[in-house]
Amino acid sequence: METATLTPIVQRGLRARERGGPFVPGEGRTVIEMADLSVYYGDFRAVRDISLKVEEHLITAFIGPSGCGKTTVLRCLNRMNDLIEIARVEGRVSYHGVDLYGKGIDPVEVRRRIGMVFQKPNPFPKSIYDNVSFGPKIAGIEGDMDEIVELSLRKAALWDEVKDRLKESGMSLSGGQQQRLCIARCIAVQPDVILMDEPCSALDPIATARIEDLMQELKNDYSIVIVTHNMQQAARVSDMTAFFTAEVAESGDRRTGVLVEYDTTEKIFTNPSEEGTENYVTGRFG
Amino acid sequence: MTQAVLPPQIPIAEALKGDPSRRRRENFIRRLFLGAAAVSVLISAAIVLSLVGRAVTFITNVDLGALWTSGWFPRRGLFDIKTIVVGTLIVSLIAMVVAIPLGLGCAVYLSEYARPRVRRLLKPILEILAGIPSVVLGFFAITFISPQIVQRFFSGSSLFNMMAAGIGVGVLVTPLIASISEDAMRAVPASLREAAYGVGARKRTTTVKVVFPAAISGIVASIIVGVSRAIGETMVVAIAAGATGGSIFQLDPSQPGQTMTAAMTSLAIGSDQVKGGEFTFESLFFVGFLLFAITLALNIMSERFVRRVREKY
Repeated sequence: METATLTPIVQRGLRARERGGPFVPGEGRTVIEMADLSVYYGDFRAVRDISLKVEEHLITAFIGPSGCGKTTVLRCLNRMNDLIEIARVEGRVSYHGVDLYGKGIDPVEVRRRIGMVFQKPNPFPKSIYDNVSFGPKIAGIEGDMDEIVELSLRKAALWDEVKDRLKESGMSLSGGQQQRLCIARCIAVQPDVILMDEPCSALDPIATARIEDLMQELKNDYSIVIVTHNMQQAARVSDMTAFFTAEVAESGDRRTGVLVEYDTTEKIFTNPSEEGTENYVTGRFG
Repeated sequence: MTQAVLPPQIPIAEALKGDPSRRRRENFIRRLFLGAAAVSVLISAAIVLSLVGRAVTFITNVDLGALWTSGWFPRRGLFDIKTIVVGTLIVSLIAMVVAIPLGLGCAVYLSEYARPRVRRLLKPILEILAGIPSVVLGFFAITFISPQIVQRFFSGSSLFNMMAAGIGVGVLVTPLIASISEDAMRAVPASLREAAYGVGARKRTTTVKVVFPAAISGIVASIIVGVSRAIGETMVVAIAAGATGGSIFQLDPSQPGQTMTAAMTSLAIGSDQVKGGEFTFESLFFVGFLLFAITLALNIMSERFVRRVREKY
């Protein structure tokens, strides 16, 4: 049973440290695997035939022009697309070998293991403390809540800035701080994978740099999948890169997203196999 | 010559001042809207003034003992305030017991659970329900609610009773609460719901812990509007509570009762055309003033409450 190999985060973290550094692509286990994934909104096929594997303790970036379906694919990984009534998924998404769209799978349990950080910082209009403790509280996580909150905020590199104002509203923080608060809120439920949907697109360059640094820290403990518009960001932070593009469907004017190439970030940006990838990363289109 | 660019007859200092008639028109429009806003303030002030004068006349001249007797019989000089205040409270309380759970439940369903097509169907129906004249609901209360519901469950209750009136008022207020709080809940950004789902919240957790607190100011406002409406509602009560039989002080909601509004109406329309005693007429203004004071106090209280618990997004 693949599920039996699910190791607690702490053990994985220790193992990564024993190895004396982060994983290198190709060494870790597969956390998420998509096989022939297609997503439909009603009759419209938004993406088709996506197959790729997300490896543990790596940062996997999805890049590509607007409308190529990278966010759609990302939202399939923790069943966020369930919230859109007309969305329908074909193919297979498995998490540690278990089909996420299989019978009896509870999307709520999925999202507790595969957390999400959104494009626009969206802290709750509650105190900083309550923002972080929200997840663990509703999940019924045992333990000292103060400790969980402090640990999560420390991991999100926000603790020093907010430790004296935990009772203040999360909305009172700056945009970059809000996004780090959202990351803290996400890791407070001790997920295994963090999905980031253009987490820096609403932030200034300094706040962006802080989040990028933070991602390098986080990958010791988590596997990260990030959607980004910003190719430099993908080149800077990610280990693996998937390049998506939109192809005009046979019938009509709507465009369907396809995966063009998936490889190590180094390969994608220096020596891509596909011409389309090369044109995009060199700025000739997109 | 650089000045040759301008038409020679208008010096630049004049040209920059623009067209004076346009400025006058702009000013006129501004005053027009200011006037419209001022009228509403003036009317409010006029209402208070018209009430205060006679209310003061009443309270200074009437025998204070007449304010605490066994019933509200203004034509006989018995002005038992507690009869009508308690009657109002009982009817409003019953109304809110009906309207708050129904209205909020309806709002939660429409805003969080209903499919778009269902919502598009239900919301207009709700708004039609909110527009039903209260006279109609009064008849509904006396012909259906009282015999079919109240008398069935409380044997020995009178046909005219405060419970039927209260339920009728509750039905009247429900769409009001539902509509306003649904708007408030729908105004909560979808990104907050996504945030909750993203950390593994279920729908009910998201609704109760995220959407509800974020919409609390609108929800409380809807309840206050509902309470004010319930206190101020006249027709349903006048018809169903037993405007004439309910003038004796009693607390049993299955029996007739009198509210402040119904008391004012029955006195004002003077069903028996008797002018009554010396300050009968003035007592109307006193009750009206009390009503005004109660709703004002409610509004101020809710304002304070909302400011304290509000989660600003």
